[in-house]
Amino acid sequence: MNILIYVLFGIGLTFNGLGSFALLRFPDVYTRLHGATKCTTFGSIFTTAAVIAYGFARGGGAYHTLAIHAIIALIALLLTNPTGAHAIARAAYRSGVKPKYAVVDKLEEKK
Amino acid sequence: MLVFLATSLVAYVLYLILTMFTGSVGLWSTGELIAGAVLSLIAGAIAYRVAFEKERKGEKNSLRVLNPLRFILFLGYLVGPFFIAMARANIDVAYRVITGKIRPGIVKISPNLKTDLGITLLANSITLTPGTLSVDVDEENGDLYVHWINVKNPEPSPEEVCGSFPYWARRIAE
Repeated sequence: MNILIYVLFGIGLTFNGLGSFALLRFPDVYTRLHGATKCTTFGSIFTTAAVIAYGFARGGGAYHTLAIHAIIALIALLLTNPTGAHAIARAAYRSGVKPKYAVVDKLEEKK
Repeated sequence: MLVFLATSLVAYVLYLILTMFTGSVGLWSTGELIAGAVLSLIAGAIAYRVAFEKERKGEKNSLRVLNPLRFILFLGYLVGPFFIAMARANIDVAYRVITGKIRPGIVKISPNLKTDLGITLLANSITLTPGTLSVDVDEENGDLYVHWINVKNPEPSPEEVCGSFPYWARRIAE
């Protein structure tokens, strides 16, 4: 069981690390958001899964409650993370940040 | 009145999930059961005006979303097609982070979804899956503007951008 928890943590931390690396690597706000939202959500799913596994493996009332709360936190994370990214992207576009190196921009043509 | 009761019920179920494994009456203690009932009635009284707002014309409210079949479908969607697409997305982004190969652009797709819930579900799914990020929405006809990190076709169909997601969003939310 311990090994499973370590593996889950390992995968989670790898993807979270890649997400922060993407922030440095990509050229503009939209491409950076790709890295920042996808990788951190996916990484956090695995770290939360490790907490859930720990809670159920350890057993007992308080640890079961911990696991259940982690599940609810996971659902909240899945709902709010993309919504936040969407809000940032929309705000960036409305305040005039154009996507760099873009080959096509339909939103520009609309206005 | 129906909406008030439905809101309270949802709040109560959530409270029960949060306080699971605390006592001896089933999984809960008597105190938690009573406190939960009182608090969820208060929450229902405050929130019933904004919960389950109508989504289409000619509809009083949208209690349709409480149908348990939709929840089962939604869970199936989360662990099945959604999770696979998300894993692929992450490997794809990891590849682009390492090699730096990008060809970004903003494209428009028309998924033809009618309800707000459906569009929200689709937009969030798009943000978390391969190389796409929803930027803006046209609220009149439900068109989505999507930032695509590797543009293959400047005028794509919804299937090219997000696979089977519009089909699932339609089944879950409409």
